[in-house]
Order: sequence, then structure tokens, then C-alpha cells
Amino acid sequence: MKKVGAFLATAILALCVLVPGGAMADTIKLGVAGPHSGDLAPYGIPTMRAAQLVVKEVNERGGVLGKQVELLIQDEQCDPNIATNVATRLVTDGAHVVLGHICSGATRAALGIYREAKIPVMSPSATNPPLTQSGEYPNFFRTIASDDMQAKLAVDYAIDKLGVKKVAVLHDRGDYGRGFAEFAKQRLDEKGVEVVMFEGITPGAMDYSSVVQRVRRENADSLIFGGYHPEASKLVTQLERRRVDAVFISDDGVKDDSFLNVAGTAAEGAYMTGPKDLSALPLNQAAVQSFRDAYGAEPGAFFQEGYAATQALLNAIEKAGSTDYDAVVNALRTQYVETPVGNIKFDEKGDAEGVGFSVFKVENGAFVEMQ
Amino acid sequence: MDIEYFLELFFSGLTRGSIYALIALGYTMVYGIIQLINFAHGEIYMIGAFVALIVAGVCTIYGLSGFAILVLAAAIAIIYAAAYGYTLEKIAYRPLRGSPRLSPLISAIGMSIFLQNYVLLAQTPDFLPFPRLIPSFAFMDPVAHIIGSPELVILITTLITMVLLTLLIKKSRVGKAMRATQQDLSMARLVGINVDRVISLTFVIGSVLAAIGGVLVASYIGQVNFYIGFLAGVKAFTAAVLGGIGSIPGAVLGGLIIGWSESFAAGYFSSDYEDVLTFVLLVVILIVRPAGILGKVRKQKV
Amino acid sequence: MVRELKQSLLISLWFVFLTFPLLVVRVNTIENVVVWRWGNILWVAIGAFVLSYCWRYMLARRKRQTRKAEEGVDTRGPLQAALDNVQLRNRAMAVLLVLAAIFPLVFDTYQTSIMVTALIFVVLGLGLNIGVGLAGLLDLGYVAFFGVGAYTYAILNANFDLGFWMVLPIGGVLGCLFGVLLGFPILRLRGDYLAIVTLGFGMIFKVVMENWKTLSKGPSGIANIDRPGLFGLEMTLEQSTVFIYYIIVALVILTIIVTNRLKNSRVGRAWIALREDEVACVAMGIDMARTKLSAYALGAFWAGMVGVVFAAKTTFINPAGFTFMQSAIILSIVVLGGMGSILGVILGAFILVLLPEYLRAFSEYRMLVFGAAMTLMMIFRPQGLISNLRQIYQYKGSKDKTAHDG
Repeated sequence: MKKVGAFLATAILALCVLVPGGAMADTIKLGVAGPHSGDLAPYGIPTMRAAQLVVKEVNERGGVLGKQVELLIQDEQCDPNIATNVATRLVTDGAHVVLGHICSGATRAALGIYREAKIPVMSPSATNPPLTQSGEYPNFFRTIASDDMQAKLAVDYAIDKLGVKKVAVLHDRGDYGRGFAEFAKQRLDEKGVEVVMFEGITPGAMDYSSVVQRVRRENADSLIFGGYHPEASKLVTQLERRRVDAVFISDDGVKDDSFLNVAGTAAEGAYMTGPKDLSALPLNQAAVQSFRDAYGAEPGAFFQEGYAATQALLNAIEKAGSTDYDAVVNALRTQYVETPVGNIKFDEKGDAEGVGFSVFKVENGAFVEMQ
Repeated sequence: MDIEYFLELFFSGLTRGSIYALIALGYTMVYGIIQLINFAHGEIYMIGAFVALIVAGVCTIYGLSGFAILVLAAAIAIIYAAAYGYTLEKIAYRPLRGSPRLSPLISAIGMSIFLQNYVLLAQTPDFLPFPRLIPSFAFMDPVAHIIGSPELVILITTLITMVLLTLLIKKSRVGKAMRATQQDLSMARLVGINVDRVISLTFVIGSVLAAIGGVLVASYIGQVNFYIGFLAGVKAFTAAVLGGIGSIPGAVLGGLIIGWSESFAAGYFSSDYEDVLTFVLLVVILIVRPAGILGKVRKQKV
Repeated sequence: MVRELKQSLLISLWFVFLTFPLLVVRVNTIENVVVWRWGNILWVAIGAFVLSYCWRYMLARRKRQTRKAEEGVDTRGPLQAALDNVQLRNRAMAVLLVLAAIFPLVFDTYQTSIMVTALIFVVLGLGLNIGVGLAGLLDLGYVAFFGVGAYTYAILNANFDLGFWMVLPIGGVLGCLFGVLLGFPILRLRGDYLAIVTLGFGMIFKVVMENWKTLSKGPSGIANIDRPGLFGLEMTLEQSTVFIYYIIVALVILTIIVTNRLKNSRVGRAWIALREDEVACVAMGIDMARTKLSAYALGAFWAGMVGVVFAAKTTFINPAGFTFMQSAIILSIVVLGGMGSILGVILGAFILVLLPEYLRAFSEYRMLVFGAAMTLMMIFRPQGLISNLRQIYQYKGSKDKTAHDG
């Protein structure tokens, strides 16, 4: 009895959430997938809102190809397993194009499903290089530069402008951090600069003083770190405490206001890469303003990239004249589009042309773009 | 061998180890009395640090400064940690006394998840900066690269705390009651010891130690979030088991061994396998001495 | 009455005090502003007041029930009683089978794919149930065996192009081997020491997978794992999801049959005896080492197998997917469902996997409720949703009732 009851309960639950799909063929369906709950939600929600803002504006103008655009929003919490379920759901619901996913791991897990269903996917934030460079996913595009570009930029800057000779490379063992560190090491080896240390630190460990002491013992004049700001703040604090005067160089994950607040004076003089400061572009200002008007707050991480990606996808459908996969992909690769991150189109592999990174330095408690 | 470098690693291991030891004491005291692994103990440490952060934050904004804040923040953090520890025992463990051994453990895991998410929802998932409350002593300057002022403060505080704890347990009436309860719970009850009160007190003392550790670490590292308790708890628990769970000197020894092994491994080899090393060490020691280094093997009678 | 009211008021005050700094004060150290959320005090006070009444009522109820049980009164609820009815159970089983068989035909690919996830956790729960539920060996690192299976398939598939069907048994056997490997050093340890060692084992697995780049491709994980094939047929996404669904259903049925048979076998009885009293068990002549190792090995076997299915389903795995949290969830499936009870485990898996999937709106509070539920469950229903049917044999003359299950 209980068995049946339990099963019926599940079945009823399942029925409740079944979306009546398929019936409305006269809309363009834009899937949006990313973390909208959990601890990574701050990275996913701005993109979702960007999509809502763009779609609202486009629909008010009469839609794309005379059809209204419909959003299919799905939360996947950056979990690869949930991401595959969400991807299946979007395919089942008949999404024509997908904006997402946010995390590289989840994106990688979901891409195979979209590829089989012939759906173009565009991520505003997945920076893992093989996503485009492996050539495995012809349906994947992104409006952000990949990690190897960042690492190359950081290393070249360190060698040419800062004149580093002996480098310690650390990472947080995560997908993103380790990727950045490995590309940095590769570039350093190419340039013939000595790498005296290459290892992972435990995220969330009590302190990193032993590692910092190693950095001093190896006489490294700079420390390149791949990872996020909590570990970076601990590292720079301990560098300062232990009087190690190695230059700290890191990535986009560290270029966060929390880094400045937590590390305080220890952050001074640290370098990091990050997306170019585009706040002077009129389209960028307009996008940010529309967010402020709608939500009364500042947009968060990857808002501009998400805004640009939504525009690029809808523009490609418009230019292609249909939602046919080949036509849309072709349009993405050939037609330029004005977006908050610049005038962009996509190359053969799916990376955006015209999106760039710069090096920033912490000066007087603020990030300053270096020329 | 570079003696200065060795000393640097020695002291950073000692600092780390003494914090592990502070937290490990809570595990070991509770286990000694009611044979329960208090999985939520790491969360008490986190709550201690968080409360201290909040108090320090409010005080800074309302214009207090320096050492006064540290003392006030630590005092309030200790009170709250003790209150949480006491409540935790009342709600999650006391009703389960006398039930199968797995039940309180799972209840503890549940409480650990609950407390983490409670702080996450009530406050924030982000890291918050903890004000640097430990001053930089001028006389420490020449040796700052070997041992800095915060490390010195941590070591001295830990030492004082442990001496006080030993006195409490060895000399005071309460300590005697605690030791009696540890030896034989039902016998202690027969001779008129209020066992429930002793157990509550054990939780309170353990929580106080964890809160001291939490405040020290937070002001040393400078950041706090809801998740810091998990890793620290696991490490401290490992320390307690390594030293022989139930044994107070064992917990201190275990904490120091883990602190040093991590520090020397990272300094002389690589930090890649730091965590693996801790657990391998644990397994090796448990194979040789199944009750831990200083643990007593209790003969089971049939 | 007055006494209870006073007590509840005190409790309510205590909780207001307890939650004050965390729930009311919010310091913004960046802009140096303090936000006072006074409204929360009210909610805490009311909540604590009401809950303290519920708490007392539930505790009293629990006490009554234990007393009743001691007196030999049947304390089973109507559902539990219905479950104990063999005829009814068989009929329900048949209905369930039919429902399982037609599920992918009725529902769409998304629902099927969610169901596959849930069924994967059913197998994991049943596997862990062997160790925890039957043999009483706590395992906080069970996810490692699951990971061993998943990585076995991913690595063999990527490097040697081995197919799903080939690797499925290999995954199981490798899981088994790792189970024995973990089992050996901890044979001599008592219950509580197991907790930390197994937890450590789970963490070691993750760290090794992150660092051993040549084997596991490190933290970026392995992508493009083949889906299971069927005589070389080309399948679309929908077809292969349905196919995997039937594979996992078959695996679940196999697991149920095997664990059910095991439970009443010689070794199964030995496990239960070991759980109840280790010393007595050894004194009765049961080989403790063999019994313990077999419990670990068999539990790990299922995890390894279902790991292969998991890798084939998601086609992508990375070390971040095998965390302590996963182990905790599998453990709570077993505990929530009812330790040792197969049906309970299935129910537990459905609740813990499907509920969050369908209740996305509450996902923020999901883990909070989850943690609290674990504790409350232990206090008020330590036997789980469905308590394990335990054979009790009574001497006929002692009570008017003859032997019954309870």
C-alpha cells in the first residue's frame, strides 16, 4: 500500500511540474541555464536578468522575425549532473538556442546533449579553453576570453613589464585555478623563465604560511596564483606578514572587491587580469542603466557578457532568417553585432573576436587598469 | 639543513597544531564521557568566529578601538559558543541517550549541516573580512619572518588555556566529577554526581575552547565564512583520534603532530598531497595502535 | 498548564538570545553599516514558543510508544501493518513493476532522466545499506566507491575504447577491490573510528583524482564518455535516455533481489549479528574479518557498478562531483528510509532526490531543512520511515498473541 502511495505521490508531483510543451510553435525559445540558487547563484542570476531585459526590449520592438521570444529558465546550481538533466529538459521543451551554462564543468557536461540536438549554445562565463579549442563542440560560442589568453597576458606582462626571473606558480586545485596555473607555466617555459615551484594548495585550509615560506626559500621574485579571492587574500596577507617581497600576480577570479576588503593593505601592488574596462561604451552604459532601472541595484558578475550573448544569439536568428541550426551558426560566425562588450562576431572555434582582457593593479585600494 | 628555515616551518606547524589541539580537546572530552563524536563541533568553532566578527564589526562602527574590541569580541564569542554548545546537547543529543550508537552520530551530522546553512542564510555565503585585532609588537620585528606577533599571541593564549583546563580537571570539584563520569557513568550517578550536569558542562567547556580557537584563527587569517568549520573540524577530529580519543594529552599531541606534519610536508616536499598525508598518517598509526597514540585500550568483558 | 507556558516562554527567550547576533545584526564591514533586522526576533520568539510545545508533545508521545512497545502492544501504524501483509505486498510489487516499465512511455525525456538519477541513488542507498544498515559499519566515504566506478568507465572508455557492457562488471569488481583495500586497515577499529577513516578515504579519493592528471585529467574532468550501446545501434538522445532508464531499472531490481537474498543468507545473518554485538558474535564462532570485509566489498560492488551507469548517463565526470556532501546524502537516504529496510531505502532515495528537483523554489532552504530533518528523524523516528521487519519469535504461552513481526 505504502509503496503504491509513495509512487502515486511521486507521479502526481511529476505531473504537476510537467510543462505543456510543443503546442506553441510561433515563439522563438531561448533557454537560459545557470546557477540561480546555492552558493554560486551570484554568478548565474545577473546573466538570467540580462536575458530577461534584452528579451523584454526585443519583444516590445516586435520580436525576432515577427515572433515573440520566450524564455525557458532553468537552474542547475553548477552541478554537472543537474546540468545534464536541465539540458535534456531544454531540448525536450524545444529550445532553439541556449544562453549558458555559467560554470565550465556544467557547460562541458551539458554541451554533448545540445550538440546532438543541434542547438547553438553561448556562455557568458565559461572560460575553460578546450571548450572552444578542442573543436569538439561546433555548437558552442562564448562572449568571454578563455583562460589561456588570460594566462598568456599575465605572464607576458610579468616578463616584459615587471621583469620577473624566478616564478612560483600556485593554484587552488580547482578546474579554473589549475587551468590558469598550467597555462601560465607553459608560457613561462616557452619564454625560458624559471618556474621554481608548481603546486596546489588546499582551499579553505587554516593558513598557507609553510607554502609562503617555501616561496621565500626558493628566492622567487613573483608568485602567480590561479584561483579565487578567499585563498588569494590569505596568500597576500601572509606574504606581507612574512616579509616576502614577491610580486603577486593572479587572475580574473581574484579581481573582486572582496579581495580588496579582506586583504586590505596587503593587496596593494598585486596584479591581476580581468575583462577590459568597457564602462565608457554607450551600449554598455545603456545596459547597466536598464538594469538599475529594473532592479534598483548594480548588476553583478558577467552581466555585460550575458547581455551581449543574448543580443548576439537573437541577432543571429534575425540575420539567418530562421532558427535552422546551420543558418544560425553561420550567422554567428559572419555577422558583426553591436553589444555592451564591443562590436563582436565569432571565429571558427566559437571564441568572440573583439573581446579582450587587461592587466589591473591594486593601487590605493582600487583596481587600476594598466596600459 | 638550513636551521632558520626549519625553525620557520616548526613555528608555523606549532601555531597550526595548537589551534587543531584547541578544537580537538572539545571532541575528545565529549567522546571520553558519552562516546559520541560531536560532528557539529567544527560548526561551534565557526559560530564563535562569526559572533566575534559581528561584535568586532559593530564595535568598530560605534567607535571603539584596538585591544578593547578584541577582549569584548572574544568574551561574547565565548559566551555564545558555550550557549550554542549547551543547546546543541540539550536538543540533539540528550533525547538520544541510550539509543543505538549510530543514531546520535547521524543526529550530529544533521546538526552540522543545519548550523552551516543557518549561518549561510542568516548572514552571507561570502567571505567577510575580520578586523586585524592582534597588534604588531615592535620587539618581534627582528624575528618576524620566523614567528610573527599573531603567532606568538596564539601560542601564548593556547598555552594559558591548556594550563587552566588541566587545573580545572585535576584540581577542582567539577573536574573530579568529570573524571569520575568518564570512568564509569552509572557508577558516578550512584555516588551522587549529577551526570546530566557534568555532560552539559563538558559541552560548554569544549565549546569555549573551540570559540577561543575560532577567534584566534579569524583574527590571524582575517576572513570568515560559514564553511570554515568543516575542514578545521575534520582536521581536529583526526587529531583527536590520532592522539587517542578520550585522552586530553592525546588531543594536544595529535594536534601538534598533524600541524607539524602538514607544515614540514608543505615546506620540504609539496603541498599537493597535504590532506592525503594527514589521513595516511592516521591509518598507519591506527594500524599500529588501534586506540591512538595515548588512548587506553579498554578491555571488553563478556 | 502554567508551568508549561512558563517553560515555553523561557525557551522562546533563550532562542531569541541565541539567534540575536546572527539573525538580527548584519555588519557590512565594507561600508561600515550595521543593519538591525529586528523583525526576525519576533519570528524566532513565536517559532520557538510554538515549537517547544510540539517538542514536548512529541517527546511525550515517543515515551508512550516505547512503553507500549515494551508491553508488547502492536505499535505499527496502518501502513506498516499493510506492508507486513505478504499478499498485499506482492500485489503492490506487481503494480510498481508495471508502472516502472511504462514510465518512459508516459513521461518525457526530462522526467525519465530525473528518474534515472533517482534510481542511481536507490542503488547507492541499497549498497550502503549492506554496510551501515545490516552490518552496522559506518561509512562516511562511500562516494569514493561510486567515483571508482565512474572513473573506471571514463578512463577505460577514453583510453582503450572499452564499451559500457564490458566495463560494467569491471567497475563493480574494482569497487569491490577498493572496498577490501579500505576494509583491511580498519578491521581492528571500533565503530566510531571508522567514521573518520572512511571520511578520510573519501577525501583522499577526491584529492588523488584532482592531482593525478595523467590518469584522471585532473579537476577539469573527463568529457565525451560514450553512452551505453545496443548492438552498435545509433541512438538519439531520447532513445538512449530511455535505454539507460531500463538499464538502471534492471540494475535496481537485481540489487533488490540480491540484497534481499543476502539479508537472509548465512553471511547476512552474520552481519546482523555483528551489528548487534561484536563480542558475542565472535564468541559464537563467526569469522569477524571475513564478515566485515565481505560487507565492505559487497557494498562497494554496487557503488562501483552504478558509478559506471552514472558516468555513461552524464557523459562527463569531474572530482567535484564526489564530495563528502554526496556521502552524507547517501547515508541519510539509508537512515531516513530506515536502516536495514530495502523498501525504506528506496523511499528515502525518492524523497531526497526527487523532492529538491521538484521543489526548486525552496532550494535555498533545502539543506537547512535537510539537516534538521536528519536530527529530528533520529529523535522521533529512529527506525526510519519504514522500519526494518524484524523477526521476533515469542513463546506461545507467554501472551495471548502468537508470533508476529514487529
